[in-house]
Amino acid sequence: MIEAKNISKSFGDNHVLKNITSRFEKGKTNLIIGQSGSGKTVFMKCLVGLHEVDDGSVLFDGRNFSDMDFNERKEIRKEIGMLFQGGALFDSLTVEENVMFPLTMYTDKSTEEKRDRVNFCLKRVNLENVNHLYPAEISGGMVKRVAIARAISMNPEYLFCDEPNSGLDPYTSGVIDELIQDLTREFQITTVVNTHDMNSVIKIGDTISYLYKGELWWEGTNSEILHSSNKELNDFVFGTELTKRLKDK
Amino acid sequence: MISRFGKYLLVMKNVFRRPDKFRVYWKQLIIEINNLGIESLGIVSIISVFMGAVVAIQTAYNIDSPLIPISMVGFTTRQSVILEFSPTIISLILAGKVGSRIASEIGTMRVTEQIDALEIMGINPANYLIFPKVSAAMIINPIIIIISMGFGLMGGYLVAVVTGLFTTQDYIIGLRGWFDSFTIVYALIKTVVFAFLITSIAGFEGYAVKGGAIAVGEASTRAVVWSSIMIILFNLILTQLLLS
Repeated sequence: MIEAKNISKSFGDNHVLKNITSRFEKGKTNLIIGQSGSGKTVFMKCLVGLHEVDDGSVLFDGRNFSDMDFNERKEIRKEIGMLFQGGALFDSLTVEENVMFPLTMYTDKSTEEKRDRVNFCLKRVNLENVNHLYPAEISGGMVKRVAIARAISMNPEYLFCDEPNSGLDPYTSGVIDELIQDLTREFQITTVVNTHDMNSVIKIGDTISYLYKGELWWEGTNSEILHSSNKELNDFVFGTELTKRLKDK
Repeated sequence: MISRFGKYLLVMKNVFRRPDKFRVYWKQLIIEINNLGIESLGIVSIISVFMGAVVAIQTAYNIDSPLIPISMVGFTTRQSVILEFSPTIISLILAGKVGSRIASEIGTMRVTEQIDALEIMGINPANYLIFPKVSAAMIINPIIIIISMGFGLMGGYLVAVVTGLFTTQDYIIGLRGWFDSFTIVYALIKTVVFAFLITSIAGFEGYAVKGGAIAVGEASTRAVVWSSIMIILFNLILTQLLLS
Protein backbone atom coordinates (compact mmCIF):
# COMPACT_ATOMS: atom_id res chain seq x y z
CA MET A 1 0.00 0.00 0.00
CA ILE A 2 1.16 3.51 -0.78
CA GLU A 3 0.10 6.41 1.38
CA ALA A 4 0.38 10.09 0.54
CA LYS A 5 0.06 12.24 3.65
CA ASN A 6 -0.55 15.99 3.37
CA ILE A 7 1.48 16.39 0.20
CA SER A 8 2.14 19.96 -0.93
CA LYS A 9 4.30 21.04 -3.81
CA SER A 10 4.93 24.46 -5.30
CA PHE A 11 7.04 25.78 -8.13
CA GLY A 12 7.78 29.38 -7.18
CA ASP A 13 4.42 31.03 -6.55
CA ASN A 14 2.55 28.29 -8.36
CA HIS A 15 1.03 25.97 -5.74
CA VAL A 16 0.53 22.81 -7.77
CA LEU A 17 -0.42 20.38 -5.00
CA LYS A 18 -2.31 21.49 -1.91
CA ASN A 19 -2.29 19.24 1.11
CA ILE A 20 -3.21 15.97 -0.62
CA THR A 21 -3.84 12.89 1.47
CA SER A 22 -4.69 9.64 -0.22
CA ARG A 23 -3.94 5.92 -0.13
CA PHE A 24 -3.43 3.42 -2.93
CA GLU A 25 -4.24 -0.17 -2.15
CA LYS A 26 -2.42 -3.38 -2.97
CA GLY A 27 -3.86 -5.57 -5.72
CA LYS A 28 -6.02 -2.72 -6.99
CA THR A 29 -5.75 -0.38 -9.95
CA ASN A 30 -5.75 3.04 -8.30
CA LEU A 31 -6.49 5.87 -10.71
CA ILE A 32 -5.58 9.52 -10.40
CA ILE A 33 -7.72 11.57 -12.74
CA GLY A 34 -8.14 15.23 -13.46
CA GLN A 35 -8.01 17.84 -16.16
CA SER A 36 -4.75 18.83 -17.79
CA GLY A 37 -2.89 21.09 -15.37
CA SER A 38 -4.69 19.72 -12.31
CA GLY A 39 -1.42 18.39 -10.88
CA LYS A 40 -1.72 14.67 -11.70
CA THR A 41 1.75 14.28 -13.17
CA VAL A 42 3.39 16.33 -10.42
CA PHE A 43 1.56 14.24 -7.83
CA MET A 44 2.81 11.02 -9.41
CA LYS A 45 6.34 12.41 -9.66
CA CYS A 46 6.15 13.29 -5.97
CA LEU A 47 5.04 9.75 -5.17
CA VAL A 48 8.01 8.19 -6.99
CA GLY A 49 10.50 10.81 -5.80
CA LEU A 50 11.18 12.53 -9.11
CA HIS A 51 9.98 15.70 -7.38
CA GLU A 52 10.74 16.37 -3.73
CA VAL A 53 7.63 17.27 -1.75
CA ASP A 54 7.59 20.64 0.05
CA ASP A 55 5.43 19.26 2.84
CA GLY A 56 4.01 15.89 3.78
CA SER A 57 5.29 12.40 3.24
CA VAL A 58 4.97 9.36 1.00
CA LEU A 59 4.92 5.94 2.61
CA PHE A 60 5.51 2.64 0.83
CA ASP A 61 4.04 -0.03 3.09
CA GLY A 62 4.83 2.13 6.09
CA ARG A 63 8.35 3.08 4.94
CA ASN A 64 8.71 6.85 4.78
CA PHE A 65 10.13 7.42 1.29
CA SER A 66 10.25 11.21 1.64
CA ASP A 67 12.74 11.11 4.51
CA MET A 68 15.15 8.71 2.79
CA ASP A 69 18.41 9.61 1.07
CA PHE A 70 19.35 8.39 -2.43
CA ASN A 71 20.81 5.06 -1.26
CA GLU A 72 17.90 4.25 1.06
CA ARG A 73 15.44 5.07 -1.72
CA LYS A 74 17.36 2.79 -4.05
CA GLU A 75 16.09 -0.27 -2.17
CA ILE A 76 12.48 0.83 -2.57
CA ARG A 77 13.04 1.82 -6.18
CA LYS A 78 14.06 -1.74 -6.96
CA GLU A 79 10.47 -2.59 -6.02
CA ILE A 80 9.00 0.07 -8.30
CA GLY A 81 8.13 -0.30 -11.95
CA MET A 82 7.05 2.69 -13.97
CA LEU A 83 5.41 3.09 -17.32
CA PHE A 84 6.08 6.55 -18.71
CA GLN A 85 3.79 8.47 -21.03
CA GLY A 86 6.08 8.02 -24.03
CA GLY A 87 7.40 4.64 -22.92
CA ALA A 88 10.88 6.05 -22.14
CA LEU A 89 12.58 3.03 -23.65
CA PHE A 90 16.33 3.46 -24.13
CA ASP A 91 16.57 3.99 -27.86
CA SER A 92 20.16 2.78 -28.12
CA LEU A 93 19.09 -0.64 -26.80
CA THR A 94 16.99 -3.36 -28.41
CA VAL A 95 13.67 -4.48 -26.96
CA GLU A 96 15.41 -7.40 -25.27
CA GLU A 97 18.16 -5.21 -23.83
CA ASN A 98 15.57 -2.72 -22.58
CA VAL A 99 13.61 -5.35 -20.68
CA MET A 100 16.84 -6.96 -19.49
CA PHE A 101 18.29 -3.66 -18.26
CA PRO A 102 17.00 -3.72 -14.65
CA LEU A 103 17.98 -7.39 -14.37
CA THR A 104 21.52 -6.59 -15.56
CA MET A 105 21.84 -3.72 -13.11
CA TYR A 106 20.43 -5.46 -10.06
CA THR A 107 20.82 -9.20 -10.38
CA ASP A 108 23.67 -11.62 -10.91
CA LYS A 109 21.61 -13.90 -13.14
CA SER A 110 23.29 -15.53 -16.11
CA THR A 111 22.49 -14.25 -19.59
CA GLU A 112 20.33 -17.30 -20.22
CA GLU A 113 18.33 -16.77 -17.03
CA LYS A 114 17.86 -13.11 -17.87
CA ARG A 115 16.78 -13.98 -21.41
CA ASP A 116 14.22 -16.43 -20.04
CA ARG A 117 12.82 -13.75 -17.78
CA VAL A 118 12.73 -11.25 -20.65
CA ASN A 119 10.87 -13.71 -22.85
CA PHE A 120 8.42 -14.43 -20.03
CA CYS A 121 7.73 -10.72 -19.53
CA LEU A 122 7.38 -10.06 -23.26
CA LYS A 123 5.06 -13.02 -23.64
CA ARG A 124 3.04 -11.74 -20.70
CA VAL A 125 2.41 -8.49 -22.58
CA ASN A 126 1.60 -10.45 -25.75
CA LEU A 127 4.82 -9.69 -27.58
CA GLU A 128 6.97 -12.29 -29.24
CA ASN A 129 9.77 -12.26 -31.80
CA VAL A 130 10.51 -8.57 -31.28
CA ASN A 131 13.58 -9.05 -29.07
CA HIS A 132 16.06 -7.84 -31.68
CA LEU A 133 14.10 -4.74 -32.73
CA TYR A 134 14.90 -1.21 -31.58
CA PRO A 135 12.20 1.04 -30.08
CA ALA A 136 12.16 3.14 -33.25
CA GLU A 137 11.20 0.05 -35.23
CA ILE A 138 8.03 -0.83 -33.29
CA SER A 139 4.59 0.81 -33.02
CA GLY A 140 3.41 3.09 -30.21
CA GLY A 141 1.28 0.35 -28.67
CA MET A 142 4.19 -2.06 -28.76
CA VAL A 143 6.46 0.55 -27.13
CA LYS A 144 3.97 0.78 -24.26
CA ARG A 145 3.86 -3.00 -23.93
CA VAL A 146 7.65 -3.27 -23.93
CA ALA A 147 7.73 -0.54 -21.29
CA ILE A 148 5.27 -2.57 -19.20
CA ALA A 149 7.43 -5.66 -19.71
CA ARG A 150 10.46 -3.69 -18.48
CA ALA A 151 8.47 -2.35 -15.54
CA ILE A 152 7.48 -5.86 -14.40
CA SER A 153 10.81 -7.56 -15.12
CA MET A 154 11.93 -7.18 -11.51
CA ASN A 155 8.61 -8.39 -10.06
CA PRO A 156 7.68 -4.97 -8.71
CA GLU A 157 5.58 -4.39 -5.63
CA TYR A 158 4.46 -1.03 -6.98
CA LEU A 159 3.57 -0.08 -10.55
CA PHE A 160 3.14 3.52 -11.68
CA CYS A 161 1.65 4.33 -15.07
CA ASP A 162 1.67 7.90 -16.35
CA GLU A 163 -1.07 8.32 -18.95
CA PRO A 164 -0.62 4.83 -20.40
CA ASN A 165 -3.19 5.44 -23.16
CA SER A 166 -1.92 8.72 -24.52
CA GLY A 167 -1.37 8.61 -28.26
CA LEU A 168 -3.02 5.22 -28.67
CA ASP A 169 -6.14 4.26 -30.60
CA PRO A 170 -9.19 3.17 -28.51
CA TYR A 171 -8.65 -0.53 -29.17
CA THR A 172 -4.96 -0.51 -28.21
CA SER A 173 -5.82 1.64 -25.19
CA GLY A 174 -8.23 -1.05 -24.08
CA VAL A 175 -5.56 -3.72 -24.51
CA ILE A 176 -3.10 -1.73 -22.39
CA ASP A 177 -5.77 -1.12 -19.71
CA GLU A 178 -6.60 -4.81 -19.51
CA LEU A 179 -2.95 -5.67 -19.31
CA ILE A 180 -2.37 -3.28 -16.41
CA GLN A 181 -5.39 -4.60 -14.55
CA ASP A 182 -4.50 -8.25 -15.16
CA LEU A 183 -0.92 -7.77 -14.00
CA THR A 184 -2.09 -5.87 -10.92
CA ARG A 185 -4.39 -8.69 -9.87
CA GLU A 186 -2.11 -11.54 -10.93
CA PHE A 187 0.98 -10.28 -9.10
CA GLN A 188 -0.89 -8.36 -6.35
CA ILE A 189 0.86 -5.11 -7.25
CA THR A 190 -0.07 -1.71 -5.87
CA THR A 191 -0.78 0.07 -9.13
CA VAL A 192 -1.23 3.81 -9.55
CA VAL A 193 -2.42 5.04 -12.95
CA ASN A 194 -2.49 8.64 -14.00
CA THR A 195 -5.11 9.22 -16.70
CA HIS A 196 -7.79 11.44 -18.11
CA ASP A 197 -9.20 8.72 -20.32
CA MET A 198 -12.78 7.99 -19.20
CA ASN A 199 -12.73 4.55 -20.82
CA SER A 200 -9.91 3.58 -18.47
CA VAL A 201 -11.75 5.08 -15.52
CA ILE A 202 -14.85 2.98 -16.15
CA LYS A 203 -12.96 -0.14 -17.16
CA ILE A 204 -10.17 -0.50 -14.61
CA GLY A 205 -10.69 2.13 -11.89
CA ASP A 206 -10.87 0.10 -8.68
CA THR A 207 -10.29 3.30 -6.74
CA ILE A 208 -10.33 6.79 -8.23
CA SER A 209 -8.86 10.04 -6.92
CA TYR A 210 -10.02 13.18 -8.71
CA LEU A 211 -7.65 16.14 -8.56
CA TYR A 212 -9.00 19.60 -9.18
CA LYS A 213 -6.71 22.64 -9.22
CA GLY A 214 -4.13 20.84 -7.10
CA GLU A 215 -6.58 19.59 -4.49
CA LEU A 216 -7.98 16.13 -3.91
CA TRP A 217 -11.58 16.88 -4.83
CA TRP A 218 -13.25 13.48 -4.82
CA GLU A 219 -12.45 9.82 -4.10
CA GLY A 220 -14.48 6.75 -4.96
CA THR A 221 -14.82 3.77 -7.28
CA ASN A 222 -15.76 3.43 -10.94
CA SER A 223 -19.30 2.51 -10.06
CA GLU A 224 -19.69 5.57 -7.83
CA ILE A 225 -18.19 8.10 -10.21
CA LEU A 226 -21.13 8.10 -12.64
CA HIS A 227 -23.60 8.92 -9.87
CA SER A 228 -21.66 11.57 -8.03
CA SER A 229 -23.25 14.95 -7.36
CA ASN A 230 -19.90 16.72 -7.36
CA LYS A 231 -20.21 19.45 -9.98
CA GLU A 232 -16.52 19.72 -10.92
CA LEU A 233 -16.23 15.96 -11.18
CA ASN A 234 -19.35 15.75 -13.36
CA ASP A 235 -17.99 18.50 -15.61
CA PHE A 236 -14.89 16.37 -16.08
CA VAL A 237 -16.56 12.97 -16.40
CA PHE A 238 -19.28 14.15 -18.75
CA GLY A 239 -17.07 16.60 -20.59
CA THR A 240 -17.11 14.79 -23.93
CA GLU A 241 -20.00 14.69 -26.37
CA LEU A 242 -20.19 10.90 -26.10
CA THR A 243 -20.44 10.81 -22.30
CA LYS A 244 -22.94 13.70 -22.33
CA ARG A 245 -25.21 11.77 -24.69
CA LEU A 246 -24.87 8.62 -22.62
CA LYS A 247 -25.84 10.55 -19.51
CA ASP A 248 -28.84 12.15 -21.25
CA LYS A 249 -30.11 8.70 -22.28
CA MET B 1 26.16 32.23 -14.34
CA ILE B 2 27.28 31.50 -10.77
CA SER B 3 24.08 29.54 -10.15
CA ARG B 4 24.71 27.53 -13.32
CA PHE B 5 28.27 26.80 -12.21
CA GLY B 6 26.86 25.62 -8.87
CA LYS B 7 24.48 23.29 -10.70
CA TYR B 8 27.40 22.01 -12.78
CA LEU B 9 29.31 21.18 -9.58
CA LEU B 10 26.29 19.38 -8.13
CA VAL B 11 25.90 17.26 -11.25
CA MET B 12 29.65 16.51 -11.23
CA LYS B 13 29.34 15.41 -7.61
CA ASN B 14 26.88 12.75 -8.79
CA VAL B 15 28.97 11.91 -11.85
CA PHE B 16 32.04 11.01 -9.83
CA ARG B 17 30.46 8.36 -7.65
CA ARG B 18 31.06 4.66 -7.62
CA PRO B 19 29.32 3.11 -10.66
CA ASP B 20 26.26 1.00 -9.80
CA LYS B 21 27.75 -2.01 -11.56
CA PHE B 22 31.37 -2.09 -12.77
CA ARG B 23 30.69 -4.68 -15.50
CA VAL B 24 28.13 -2.35 -17.05
CA TYR B 25 30.49 0.61 -16.63
CA TRP B 26 33.33 -1.15 -18.49
CA LYS B 27 30.97 -2.01 -21.33
CA GLN B 28 29.82 1.60 -21.52
CA LEU B 29 33.42 2.79 -21.40
CA ILE B 30 34.40 0.68 -24.41
CA ILE B 31 31.34 1.89 -26.34
CA GLU B 32 32.19 5.52 -25.55
CA ILE B 33 35.86 5.07 -26.47
CA ASN B 34 34.60 3.97 -29.86
CA ASN B 35 31.89 6.64 -30.17
CA LEU B 36 33.91 9.60 -28.94
CA GLY B 37 37.41 8.57 -29.95
CA ILE B 38 37.73 6.05 -32.73
CA GLU B 39 34.93 7.66 -34.75
CA SER B 40 36.75 11.00 -34.57
CA LEU B 41 40.00 9.64 -36.00
CA GLY B 42 39.05 10.34 -39.62
CA ILE B 43 38.40 14.04 -39.25
CA VAL B 44 41.33 14.47 -36.84
CA SER B 45 43.75 12.82 -39.30
CA ILE B 46 42.63 14.91 -42.27
CA ILE B 47 42.76 18.20 -40.36
CA SER B 48 46.15 17.33 -38.87
CA VAL B 49 47.79 16.59 -42.22
CA PHE B 50 46.58 19.86 -43.71
CA MET B 51 47.44 21.79 -40.55
CA GLY B 52 51.01 20.50 -40.56
CA ALA B 53 51.34 21.22 -44.27
CA VAL B 54 50.13 24.81 -43.90
CA VAL B 55 52.46 25.50 -40.97
CA ALA B 56 55.42 24.14 -42.98
CA ILE B 57 54.57 26.23 -46.07
CA GLN B 58 54.01 29.41 -44.04
CA THR B 59 57.28 28.94 -42.17
CA ALA B 60 59.22 28.23 -45.35
CA TYR B 61 57.84 31.39 -47.01
CA ASN B 62 58.74 33.49 -43.99
CA ILE B 63 62.36 32.38 -43.80
CA ASP B 64 64.08 34.84 -46.10
CA SER B 65 67.24 35.48 -44.11
CA PRO B 66 70.28 33.41 -45.13
CA LEU B 67 71.27 33.36 -41.45
CA ILE B 68 68.30 31.17 -40.56
CA PRO B 69 68.78 27.56 -41.65
CA ILE B 70 65.94 26.11 -43.74
CA SER B 71 65.78 23.20 -41.26
CA MET B 72 63.94 25.66 -39.02
CA VAL B 73 60.85 24.72 -41.04
CA GLY B 74 60.89 21.26 -39.47
CA PHE B 75 61.62 22.67 -36.03
CA THR B 76 58.85 25.26 -36.23
CA THR B 77 56.34 22.78 -37.61
CA ARG B 78 57.12 20.33 -34.83
CA GLN B 79 56.88 22.93 -32.08
CA SER B 80 53.67 24.43 -33.45
CA VAL B 81 52.01 21.07 -33.96
CA ILE B 82 53.03 19.58 -30.62
CA LEU B 83 52.61 22.64 -28.44
CA GLU B 84 49.46 24.13 -29.85
CA PHE B 85 47.84 22.82 -32.98
CA SER B 86 47.29 19.21 -32.01
CA PRO B 87 46.27 19.59 -28.37
CA THR B 88 44.34 22.85 -28.63
CA ILE B 89 42.95 23.12 -32.15
CA ILE B 90 42.03 19.44 -32.34
CA SER B 91 40.40 19.71 -28.91
CA LEU B 92 38.38 22.68 -30.17
CA ILE B 93 37.28 20.60 -33.14
CA LEU B 94 36.39 17.73 -30.82
CA ALA B 95 34.44 20.18 -28.65
CA GLY B 96 32.25 20.77 -31.70
CA LYS B 97 31.97 17.18 -32.81
CA VAL B 98 31.90 15.30 -29.51
CA GLY B 99 30.40 18.08 -27.35
CA SER B 100 27.31 18.56 -29.50
CA ARG B 101 26.85 14.79 -29.76
CA ILE B 102 26.96 14.30 -25.99
CA ALA B 103 24.70 17.25 -25.19
CA SER B 104 22.08 16.30 -27.76
CA GLU B 105 22.17 12.60 -26.84
CA ILE B 106 21.72 13.21 -23.11
CA GLY B 107 19.34 16.12 -23.70
CA THR B 108 17.09 13.94 -25.84
CA MET B 109 17.16 11.28 -23.14
CA ARG B 110 16.04 13.95 -20.68
CA VAL B 111 13.08 15.20 -22.74
CA THR B 112 11.94 11.66 -23.58
CA GLU B 113 11.98 10.75 -19.86
CA GLN B 114 14.71 8.13 -20.30
CA ILE B 115 16.71 9.81 -17.53
CA ASP B 116 13.64 9.75 -15.28
CA ALA B 117 13.31 6.04 -16.09
CA LEU B 118 16.89 5.45 -14.93
CA GLU B 119 16.24 7.39 -11.75
CA ILE B 120 13.06 5.42 -11.02
CA MET B 121 15.10 2.23 -11.35
CA GLY B 122 17.37 3.54 -8.59
CA ILE B 123 20.28 4.16 -10.94
CA ASN B 124 22.35 7.32 -10.63
CA PRO B 125 21.71 8.75 -14.14
CA ALA B 126 24.52 11.33 -14.02
CA ASN B 127 27.03 8.64 -13.18
CA TYR B 128 25.63 6.09 -15.61
CA LEU B 129 25.47 8.50 -18.56
CA ILE B 130 28.25 11.02 -18.07
CA PHE B 131 31.03 9.20 -16.21
CA PRO B 132 31.82 6.69 -19.01
CA LYS B 133 31.96 9.57 -21.51
CA VAL B 134 34.29 11.67 -19.34
CA SER B 135 36.62 8.78 -18.58
CA ALA B 136 36.57 7.51 -22.18
CA ALA B 137 37.56 10.92 -23.52
CA MET B 138 40.31 11.32 -20.92
CA ILE B 139 41.71 7.94 -21.97
CA ILE B 140 41.31 8.11 -25.76
CA ASN B 141 41.94 11.82 -26.47
CA PRO B 142 45.67 11.71 -25.59
CA ILE B 143 46.03 8.82 -28.04
CA ILE B 144 44.12 10.77 -30.70
CA ILE B 145 46.31 13.81 -30.11
CA ILE B 146 49.50 11.75 -30.46
CA ILE B 147 48.15 10.37 -33.75
CA SER B 148 47.27 13.93 -34.75
CA MET B 149 50.84 15.03 -34.02
CA GLY B 150 52.13 12.23 -36.25
CA PHE B 151 49.81 13.22 -39.10
CA GLY B 152 50.65 16.91 -38.62
CA LEU B 153 54.37 16.29 -38.94
CA MET B 154 53.70 14.04 -41.92
CA GLY B 155 51.80 16.93 -43.53
CA GLY B 156 54.94 19.07 -43.33
CA TYR B 157 56.96 16.24 -44.83
CA LEU B 158 54.52 15.94 -47.73
CA VAL B 159 54.99 19.64 -48.47
CA ALA B 160 58.70 19.02 -48.89
CA VAL B 161 58.04 16.09 -51.22
CA VAL B 162 55.34 17.79 -53.30
CA THR B 163 56.46 21.44 -53.51
CA GLY B 164 60.24 21.25 -53.11
CA LEU B 165 60.17 24.42 -50.98
CA PHE B 166 62.70 22.66 -48.74
CA THR B 167 64.26 19.23 -48.79
CA THR B 168 62.97 16.31 -46.77
CA GLN B 169 66.43 16.05 -45.25
CA ASP B 170 66.29 19.64 -43.95
CA TYR B 171 62.80 19.02 -42.64
CA ILE B 172 63.84 15.93 -40.71
CA ILE B 173 66.94 17.65 -39.31
CA GLY B 174 64.64 20.39 -38.03
CA LEU B 175 62.16 17.89 -36.63
CA ARG B 176 64.87 16.12 -34.64
CA GLY B 177 66.77 19.20 -33.46
CA TRP B 178 66.48 20.82 -30.01
CA PHE B 179 63.80 18.41 -28.89
CA ASP B 180 62.50 18.72 -25.33
CA SER B 181 60.34 15.74 -24.38
CA PHE B 182 58.46 17.89 -21.84
CA THR B 183 56.60 19.50 -24.73
CA ILE B 184 54.84 16.16 -25.27
CA VAL B 185 54.01 15.90 -21.57
CA TYR B 186 52.71 19.48 -21.64
CA ALA B 187 50.54 18.71 -24.69
CA LEU B 188 49.12 15.58 -23.12
CA ILE B 189 48.34 17.29 -19.81
CA LYS B 190 46.44 19.94 -21.76
CA THR B 191 44.65 17.26 -23.76
CA VAL B 192 43.44 15.42 -20.68
CA VAL B 193 42.16 18.65 -19.10
CA PHE B 194 40.44 19.66 -22.35
CA ALA B 195 38.88 16.19 -22.67
CA PHE B 196 37.42 16.58 -19.18
CA LEU B 197 36.11 20.06 -19.96
CA ILE B 198 34.49 19.02 -23.26
CA THR B 199 32.70 15.95 -21.93
CA SER B 200 31.73 17.27 -18.51
CA ILE B 201 30.35 20.56 -19.85
CA ALA B 202 28.49 18.82 -22.68
CA GLY B 203 27.20 16.16 -20.30
CA PHE B 204 25.97 18.79 -17.88
CA GLU B 205 24.29 20.85 -20.60
CA GLY B 206 22.46 17.76 -21.86
CA TYR B 207 21.55 16.63 -18.36
CA ALA B 208 20.15 20.04 -17.41
CA VAL B 209 17.84 20.31 -20.42
CA LYS B 210 14.28 21.36 -19.65
CA GLY B 211 11.69 21.47 -22.39
CA GLY B 212 11.69 19.94 -25.84
CA ALA B 213 13.55 19.85 -29.13
CA ILE B 214 14.45 23.55 -29.05
CA ALA B 215 15.96 23.18 -25.59
CA VAL B 216 18.05 20.25 -26.81
CA GLY B 217 19.36 22.37 -29.70
CA GLU B 218 20.16 25.22 -27.35
CA ALA B 219 21.95 22.87 -24.96
CA SER B 220 24.01 21.50 -27.82
CA THR B 221 25.04 25.01 -28.86
CA ARG B 222 25.81 26.03 -25.28
CA ALA B 223 27.91 22.89 -24.83
CA VAL B 224 30.10 23.78 -27.83
CA VAL B 225 30.38 27.47 -26.95
CA TRP B 226 31.20 26.95 -23.27
CA SER B 227 33.61 24.09 -23.78
CA SER B 228 35.42 26.13 -26.47
CA ILE B 229 35.68 29.13 -24.16
CA MET B 230 36.92 26.95 -21.31
CA ILE B 231 39.50 25.29 -23.57
CA ILE B 232 40.88 28.69 -24.57
CA LEU B 233 40.91 29.87 -20.95
CA PHE B 234 42.54 26.72 -19.58
CA ASN B 235 45.02 26.75 -22.46
CA LEU B 236 46.28 30.06 -21.18
CA ILE B 237 46.28 28.97 -17.54
CA LEU B 238 48.06 25.66 -18.20
CA THR B 239 50.59 27.24 -20.52
CA GLN B 240 51.43 29.82 -17.87
CA LEU B 241 51.67 27.13 -15.19
CA LEU B 242 53.63 24.54 -17.15
CA LEU B 243 55.88 26.53 -19.48
CA SER B 244 56.66 29.78 -17.72
